[in-house]
Amino acid sequence: MLRVVQQGLKLAAAIGLGSSLLSASLFAGSAQAANEQYFPLQSYRVGPYAAGGTGFFGGFIDYLQYVNTKEGGVNGVKFTWSECETEYVVEKGVECYERLKKGLNGAPAAATNPLSVGIAYATLERSAADKLPLITINHGRTDSTDGSVFPYVFPLQLNPYSEVSAIINYIATKSGGLDKLKGKKIVTLYHGSPYGKETNPILELLAKKYGFELTLLEVPHPGNEQQSQWLNIRRIKPDWVILRGWGVMNPVALKTAQKTGFPADHIIGNIWSNSEEDAAPAGSAAKGFISITTHPSGTNFPVLQDIDKVVLKAGKGNLQDPKRFGTVYYNLGVVNGILNVEAVRVAQAKFGKRPLTGEEVRWGFENIRLDEKRLKELGAYGLVQPLKLSCSDHEGGGAVRFQQWDGSKWNVISDWVQADRKLLRPIIEESSHQYAKEKGITPRDCSKES
Amino acid sequence: MLYRESGQFISDYRADRRLFRLWQERAGFYLLLVFAFAVVPFIANDYWFSAILVPFLVLSLAGLGLNLLTGYAGQLSLGSAAFMAVGAFAAYNFHLRIEGLPFLLSFILGGVAAAGVGILFGLPSLRIKGFYLLVSTLAAQFFVQWVLTSVGWFSNNNASGVITAPPLLIWGRDFSSPAGRYLLTLAVVVALALLARNIVRSELGRHWMAVRDMDTAAAVIGIPILKTKLLAFAISSFFLGVAGALWAFTYLGTVEPHGFDLTRSFQILFIIIIGGMGSILGNFLGAAFIVLLPILLSNLSGTVLAGLIDPGQLENLQKIIFGGLIVFFLIKEPFGLARLWQNFRERSRIWPLRY
Repeated sequence: MLRVVQQGLKLAAAIGLGSSLLSASLFAGSAQAANEQYFPLQSYRVGPYAAGGTGFFGGFIDYLQYVNTKEGGVNGVKFTWSECETEYVVEKGVECYERLKKGLNGAPAAATNPLSVGIAYATLERSAADKLPLITINHGRTDSTDGSVFPYVFPLQLNPYSEVSAIINYIATKSGGLDKLKGKKIVTLYHGSPYGKETNPILELLAKKYGFELTLLEVPHPGNEQQSQWLNIRRIKPDWVILRGWGVMNPVALKTAQKTGFPADHIIGNIWSNSEEDAAPAGSAAKGFISITTHPSGTNFPVLQDIDKVVLKAGKGNLQDPKRFGTVYYNLGVVNGILNVEAVRVAQAKFGKRPLTGEEVRWGFENIRLDEKRLKELGAYGLVQPLKLSCSDHEGGGAVRFQQWDGSKWNVISDWVQADRKLLRPIIEESSHQYAKEKGITPRDCSKES
Repeated sequence: MLYRESGQFISDYRADRRLFRLWQERAGFYLLLVFAFAVVPFIANDYWFSAILVPFLVLSLAGLGLNLLTGYAGQLSLGSAAFMAVGAFAAYNFHLRIEGLPFLLSFILGGVAAAGVGILFGLPSLRIKGFYLLVSTLAAQFFVQWVLTSVGWFSNNNASGVITAPPLLIWGRDFSSPAGRYLLTLAVVVALALLARNIVRSELGRHWMAVRDMDTAAAVIGIPILKTKLLAFAISSFFLGVAGALWAFTYLGTVEPHGFDLTRSFQILFIIIIGGMGSILGNFLGAAFIVLLPILLSNLSGTVLAGLIDPGQLENLQKIIFGGLIVFFLIKEPFGLARLWQNFRERSRIWPLRY
């Protein structure tokens, strides 16, 4: 008798109890509507990409905290948020998305910001079905720039195509004009993953257009062995190397470059090779390394000074290591916070001063108008580029600045360099229209949107 | 007493061949089916469908595929995720390139393609055994991922190599809603689980078990080793391929080679180790353990401990608890959760008496 009960209990513990506890915990929490706007955070604080995740979500949370403390939210609507760990793993990100999309204690969700290409792809259609904006700042699916086909996806500031186009334009100014690119040798060292390969067709197109010699070299994931690639580079003797790296691949590339005698100041890192965590581990080999950035690092911006005063000094900061305040990933989180909050503010001006639905926030994103005056008001002049989004353009900016590593920190060395967005637009539209056809989506008529 | 078989006589061959011989088991099975098909769609919400039930079912099917190979035929494999990837990409390409192909048929063709690749990588099993075979299936894992990433044709020359699944239209009905995805997955998984249960009771299944227990002895009594082993690889890969197609089409909605990496192969292996080798039910129990428990822990810690502990620490704490539970269950029952169920059944048969 006893043993039967024991066995039964064991089994129940294995299956039954688990699921009942799960449901109990899922439906816990009161459903009282509050005057709050909710941000579901699919963050990653453990795993191989934790450096990026803690910095980005730290900055994002600190900015939301700052708006809450300083201004009491937007027009009296406070922000609330909760985190769900994804470890950068797609299924976990999807689970988090489904868990958090409904909002928290009656506060509706404004937008999701997974900061992961894989999770963004997997929640792309879900976002459209749930009418919840999906923000992929500085990354994501390039053709989602076309908002008529992807109404709920926003690759804010910079999509991958604009990124390479801006790098080529920068090389051109360094060489004395676009016509001087002819005959130059450029090597692109890319991470052997979907992310790494995304821009290869555009580089080939630009190479044909401007007549430079392009060599594409793949580094297999994770990229901790690059001897043969760099020996190849030494043989080719290129004028510039574009580093399209990821995680550990970046410092290894810089170290191997030093070993093979290639100068670091002719290596240009892309948007995921531009953080302190990418350059610092390479030590002296990184000195002179150039990379692009959509936002300078550092703390000399009024908004960051203010966050320091209002949030960090008050002991409410999210960062574990306060030294990371003002680093590239942290500032990206702050920029992301500024853009999300601005979208809510714009949408509230139209729909009323109350918590908004995802659909209304989407309208806010499409009507973001950040000019120099507005940026100065926000204290983010020089930190965020002027941005103007619309129904058909979900990217808005497409400009980057270049920075150089001096051995301990990044120094900005250029003004905003603009991507050739006119050239890229037809390619983006071709791809988005093909997607629309595959999926049976009728693109919105953007001339009718207000 | 609770589970009594006395009085249930088998008097003809048809009754002898039934899947479940006891009326208690039959009734339980039908009740479960009715519950899953007719009750769950009305009581579950979106979160349960898309984040819990569908991945649970798909991973159960993947576990089932590996269990046929490892649990029944005794061939170790670490290439499960690779066969899933082949299934997913093949199903995508069949659907894309053959106009008007019924959706379910593209799943089956995806499974067939995976079976083909499975046979290819099963060839070394004729010469090598055990851990050495494990290493050669590891080659499948890396090779398939490499091919799918570097040959653009498989992803329809998509620049980033990530593909989104087409709309789920079957006989003009749209299964794209969360409940629809669940029902579609459930139907496929139930059909294949019944098929698997029949296979392991057939002549082929008995050959597999003979080979598993000692392949030299099996060869001596006249079992064709070549055919038996290769069929094990083919059928197992077919199941895994269909699971991969479901993973891509009904669960995530995207296909990406990176999603089928070595970690996934390990996950499937853990499902069958924890669930129980050589058992159909074990796959479902194992998948429930592997899929549901981390979600449960994460939900509990999200509601109970949020704000008290740093989120990063909390995540690591969950991993420690989960790992501890795996160790605990394997110590308590080295043969897996399915054995717990079996013990329970045997004990309840004689309850309230005992030997």
